[in-house]
Amino acid sequence: MADTVADVQQHEAHGHVDHHHEQSWVSKYVFSVDHKIIALQYLFTGMFMGIIGGYMAYVFRMQLAFPGISVPGFGQVSPGEYNALITNHGSIMIFWVAMPVLIAAFGNFLIPLMIGADDMVFPRINRLSFQVFFVSSVVLLLSLFVEGGGFGGAWTSYPPLSASGDYNQTELGATLWLLAVALEFVAFLLGGINFITTLMNSRAPGMRAYDIPLVCWMIVIASILFMLSVGPLLAGAVMLLFDQVLNTGFYDPARGGDPILWQHLFWFFGHPEVYVVLLPAIGITVEVMATFARKKIFGYKMVLYTAVATGVLSFFVWAHHQFVAGIDPRMANVFTITTLLISVPIAEMLFVMIATLYGGSITLTTPMLWALSFMAEFLIGGVTGIFLGASGADIYFHDTYFVLAHFHYTFFPIAIIGTFCAFTYWFPKMFGRMMNDTLGKIHFWGTIIPFNFIFIPLFVLGMGGQHRRIYNFQHFPDIAGPEYFQLRQIATIALLVMLAFQLVFFYNVIVSWMKGEKAGKNPWKANTLEWTTESPPPHGNWPVDELPTVYRGPYEYGHPDREEDYWPQNLPG
Amino acid sequence: MAHARPIATTRSATGIPTPRLAVWWILASEVVIFGGLLGAYLMHRLGHPEWAEAASHTQTWIGALNTFVLLTSSFTAVLAHQAAEKGNGKQAAKFLGFTIIGALLFLVIKSYEWTTEILAGYTITANNFWSFYYTAAGLHALHVIAGAIIMGFVAVDAFRGRELHRVEIIGIYWHFVDVVWIFLFPLLYIAK
Repeated sequence: MADTVADVQQHEAHGHVDHHHEQSWVSKYVFSVDHKIIALQYLFTGMFMGIIGGYMAYVFRMQLAFPGISVPGFGQVSPGEYNALITNHGSIMIFWVAMPVLIAAFGNFLIPLMIGADDMVFPRINRLSFQVFFVSSVVLLLSLFVEGGGFGGAWTSYPPLSASGDYNQTELGATLWLLAVALEFVAFLLGGINFITTLMNSRAPGMRAYDIPLVCWMIVIASILFMLSVGPLLAGAVMLLFDQVLNTGFYDPARGGDPILWQHLFWFFGHPEVYVVLLPAIGITVEVMATFARKKIFGYKMVLYTAVATGVLSFFVWAHHQFVAGIDPRMANVFTITTLLISVPIAEMLFVMIATLYGGSITLTTPMLWALSFMAEFLIGGVTGIFLGASGADIYFHDTYFVLAHFHYTFFPIAIIGTFCAFTYWFPKMFGRMMNDTLGKIHFWGTIIPFNFIFIPLFVLGMGGQHRRIYNFQHFPDIAGPEYFQLRQIATIALLVMLAFQLVFFYNVIVSWMKGEKAGKNPWKANTLEWTTESPPPHGNWPVDELPTVYRGPYEYGHPDREEDYWPQNLPG
Repeated sequence: MAHARPIATTRSATGIPTPRLAVWWILASEVVIFGGLLGAYLMHRLGHPEWAEAASHTQTWIGALNTFVLLTSSFTAVLAHQAAEKGNGKQAAKFLGFTIIGALLFLVIKSYEWTTEILAGYTITANNFWSFYYTAAGLHALHVIAGAIIMGFVAVDAFRGRELHRVEIIGIYWHFVDVVWIFLFPLLYIAK
């Protein structure tokens, strides 16, 4: 870090030199320190990992719906492989898709552009962050191919199963999995420090706290949450690593250790983590809604304060994952209350969205469709969370498909809908061309409709008491009724349809990137600063002497004193 | 330096220099790492009174000596900061050198201590007290090593009169390393 630190006086004398000389392809795109290139590296790595995570879902869903068949493109699924697939599907989708895309890719791309800076404050730390992340992805993928196979102890990695190769049969896979996760955390700690200090210190002249676009606030609040919650898990991961490798007994009850300790350390991080990815998605949705409803955000400060409230509360809800782990019932009461409380700020944010839409001149572009569907789908995820947060109901629902459907109804809107929303909205800025709207809408409906057909059946399965960690339901004739098999098959077929429609998206990206209509600086007529520069923005974002100055908040749409219905932040007067 | 810094790095909307802001955030993330570890240790310790027997084998006088060494090295880090404020790079480098010597001394004493303990059979797997003992002190020792290495770079620059503001940044970090030890010492050595 020490090397990238600025010496203000020394720097001002030299000015902004040496930013525009020719670079080789490798130094420009592989070892770049430009925040936009790093954003794209994160984006593409995340998307690649997303494809792998999707492939895994395809394989184990096929096994669930048609037990024992040879899955096309994989073959017969053994119980060990099944466990490795579900474990790594979960790990990948959260740590290697949602985090890098929503926070790292869009945080990197948007924060400097939206606050009118030429880059992050520590560009080389930024690059280091991506490199560590990249190594972590490689380690994770390698862990799938070592002797014994990939780790199969679920993404929560509970000991004693995860602590000893005698139990999990994947000694090396488990250790590599743990290392990959720890490396990934280090990458996001490095990135998070960059985001936070950049937003705090490098805003354009004139940009006050309440002039910062909400998505930037959200990514930074998420980074702070991550930073303050991941530490105990890092410590816990070191302890688990020692249990695996050195044969210590931190989590071994026979030697005075405590397996529940891991659950506390894991969920103390794991629950804030939900909000770490949720907040950026809400920020993205809010940006897009303001632009396409041509209306000021109904309650800018409301969204900001509720985000902070969510963040604070999120540190006090973790034990709702442990209601059946033998915690004190009096503690269960406390955590039920905090868990139900946290739905209040989130509901407020949804109400702000509705109030923003009310009376707006809504254009149903592709990004706007994604934003609206985020609201609708996340609502279902949030409401079903109430069932699980109530400790009484959770005893029945725990570890059933109901839980699985619930968190997919939260994570899918966050990680998939949020990403597509942001990607289709900022694509013109990233690549300088418009995306094809018709193809975008086909992709949208082809994703949203099958999504509901996957997970609504799973809610029903869960309410029927179907346990979520069963490899082959035919082994359990008591609960493998034919009506349940039918539901599982509906879900799997819907998944196939949804995956097929992703081809439309990739086709659209390639075609639009190659020969889409030129976007120009501000295709959506939006107010925030990233739309005042070229698309795609040059190195340094703006010419050195034209870095923007800010005169007003980011959502001044439809101002009565103006002829145009938007009022960019950088226009004087 | 070969690479230009972005204008972003030179801005300071909060009035706090960016490097200082960053180091405080780094410390915040470190606090929760050690907090998680020590919190877990405390909960276990309270639930296992029999660990007192294991703890009675730690060598309190060595821990006390190391506390003294670290505190002294923090004092020279302050003197280095003072010199850097006055623009005296050579003086700052000299005091940073003393701090690095303190760090090395700390590590030498720690190695001696661990060697005697391991030879006496108190290894990391002996029981969970010793597991926590080596994990917590080991994590702390890693921070001492990392801090000493970074301090070496800062001292070389300071000696040439460059980047003097970094003396303060590494000093803040060093105080943190010191404070962590102030928590570890009573928890691992004194509490019997």
